[in-house]
Amino acid sequence: MKPFTDFESRIVPLAINNIDTDQIIPARFLKTVSKQGLDKQLFCDWRYDAAGAPRPEFILNQERVRGAQVLLAGDNFGCGSSREHAPWALTQFGFRAVVSTSFADIFKQNSLKNSLLPIVVPPDVHAELFAAVAADPDAKVKIDLPRQTLTTPGGRTVEFPIDSFSKHCLLNGVDELGYIMQQEAAIAGYEAARVGSIDTRG
Amino acid sequence: MSRTIIEKLWDSHVVQEQPGAPALLYIDLHLVHEVTSPQAFQDLRERGLKVRRPDLTIATADHSIPTTDRSLPIVDEIAARQLAQLEANCAEFGIRCLGVHSDRQGIVHVIGPELGLTQPGMTVVCGDSHTATHGAFGALAFGIGTSEVENVLATQCLLQRRSKTYQVKVDGQLAPGVTAKDIILALIARVGIGGGTGSVFEYTGSTIRGLGMEERMTVCNMSIEAGARAGLVAPDDTTFEYLCGRPHAPKGAAWDEALARWRQLPTDAGASYDQSITIDGAALEPMITYGTNPGMGVPIGAPVPEPSRMADPIGRESVAKALAYMGLQGGRPVLGLPVDVVFIGSCTNSRISDLRAAAAILKGRKVNPKTRVLVVPGSQEIKRQAIAEGLPEIFRAAGCEWREPGCSMCIAMNGDQLSPGQYSVSTSNRNFEGRQGKGARTFLASPLTAAASAITGVVTDVRTLL
Repeated sequence: MKPFTDFESRIVPLAINNIDTDQIIPARFLKTVSKQGLDKQLFCDWRYDAAGAPRPEFILNQERVRGAQVLLAGDNFGCGSSREHAPWALTQFGFRAVVSTSFADIFKQNSLKNSLLPIVVPPDVHAELFAAVAADPDAKVKIDLPRQTLTTPGGRTVEFPIDSFSKHCLLNGVDELGYIMQQEAAIAGYEAARVGSIDTRG
Repeated sequence: MSRTIIEKLWDSHVVQEQPGAPALLYIDLHLVHEVTSPQAFQDLRERGLKVRRPDLTIATADHSIPTTDRSLPIVDEIAARQLAQLEANCAEFGIRCLGVHSDRQGIVHVIGPELGLTQPGMTVVCGDSHTATHGAFGALAFGIGTSEVENVLATQCLLQRRSKTYQVKVDGQLAPGVTAKDIILALIARVGIGGGTGSVFEYTGSTIRGLGMEERMTVCNMSIEAGARAGLVAPDDTTFEYLCGRPHAPKGAAWDEALARWRQLPTDAGASYDQSITIDGAALEPMITYGTNPGMGVPIGAPVPEPSRMADPIGRESVAKALAYMGLQGGRPVLGLPVDVVFIGSCTNSRISDLRAAAAILKGRKVNPKTRVLVVPGSQEIKRQAIAEGLPEIFRAAGCEWREPGCSMCIAMNGDQLSPGQYSVSTSNRNFEGRQGKGARTFLASPLTAAASAITGVVTDVRTLL
């Protein structure tokens, strides 16, 4: 995982609540055995019509979002399935952060493991960001992970929550599996004391 | 100190807690399927790692597997490759795989319990959000992403944060025509699809105690649809009777020892929850969803909401968008609307009791000629049992398709899908846009409601047919 650095970006607004992972990437694309090539399938059924042509009215098809790295979405983003294909598709498209008032648990955990920062803001900041991007499509936010701050286009700096471990992993590109494997002695000790195990093979 | 079962399960699985880091949690059972595992196996291979505990891991093929004759080759080459990859990965890493041709193949959340692998007191994970199903046994069971699948394969552990405890108390006798599915749809409609975020539900109360294991699985299965990390029911004699004698359940002295441990699991008297909600089970009616998430549900005869009467602008926009997608008008009920397809199946409602319930309605009746009906058993074992009971004959005589086990039209990855604009009454768990095929429109309901709607060809209140 590459270390997460500060950045400034335009905003892609999607003012819809409860955007589920079936919208982020429809299930029919989950037959792949690879992590790659998912950017084209991001929001596929909102992005393309029945004939496969881009819908010009959908925001991801508009010139103004080219290079934008922040998705601004309605409440409870990423609900539904556990598919990690959702953050894979978002990051491959170029997103580095999603801003919402809340995130579904599994999506949030999957995102943190893929250098995609889920930023929770209070409703007033959320509304301010939607208003700012409606007034000026080129409006930019600044994301500073070490300080845990988001600076709105209007210059207001707000703190966002993130647990210290996830922050450390993002900033230093720490691989979670590597961290767990360092605890081998504790795992072996726990296993030795376990009772009543099953054997799936027998 | 008094503890809830949720806290007991957590405490007994913490391997270690280091300062400034989440707890390291041990996993007792890891269920694997073809869709969320290939990238994890590939990473293991690239890192030169082994599967730490193949004896605590089992795989099956369910999501992308066709529900047509298994002796025929799989037409979808991409799906065939994914299914073959699962079997190859399992062979390479020493994992038992109940693959395409296994006589134990089935939906991952159906086979764990039926094999007796899912047991009280366990932690159970799977790269699938409906893993909460296994909570019906008094296990802490939750869905994980592919990175975490890899972590568990390599270390049998996960880094986890403690969830909040949330009691869902359901009391009272269910009315005729009201099922476990209606309990969970009513709960989700009440708390919303983000209402349980950050929490683990414990389902308690006389209604829950009165449910059989398969019904409890239906309730726990959809905990994620309220945003909960997991949902569970404390084990009791119903649980133990279900488990006793199953292939992987403890036997002899080991059974007695296990039973003694399991009886310690239920929440202590005086333990408190972070949050609680009470539902009057006796007042519940058959439920149906009208929108594009499982929280958009109403009693079957009730009108759907009128967006213009909603205060929050994004909320109003979201409901308006859902109704537009569904082709519905606010303020009117869905009762009586035409149904193109009825799907009876999925990890929510594909067990033998679900099939029996549907068959009881369909027996001696005919499906509406305009409606296609798919009945998809959850596993090969359920299929055998249904055959032994003569259920396929009832379904076929009524005009239903009786198919091979798998996730099928719940996730529509395997060719079983609706055409754009078609309506289904589905016993599955999600009505998201496009979930049952591009442009598909889903009404979620119980097997009873599904069977009743199959006969009339319109959304039907099963109580009119009882």
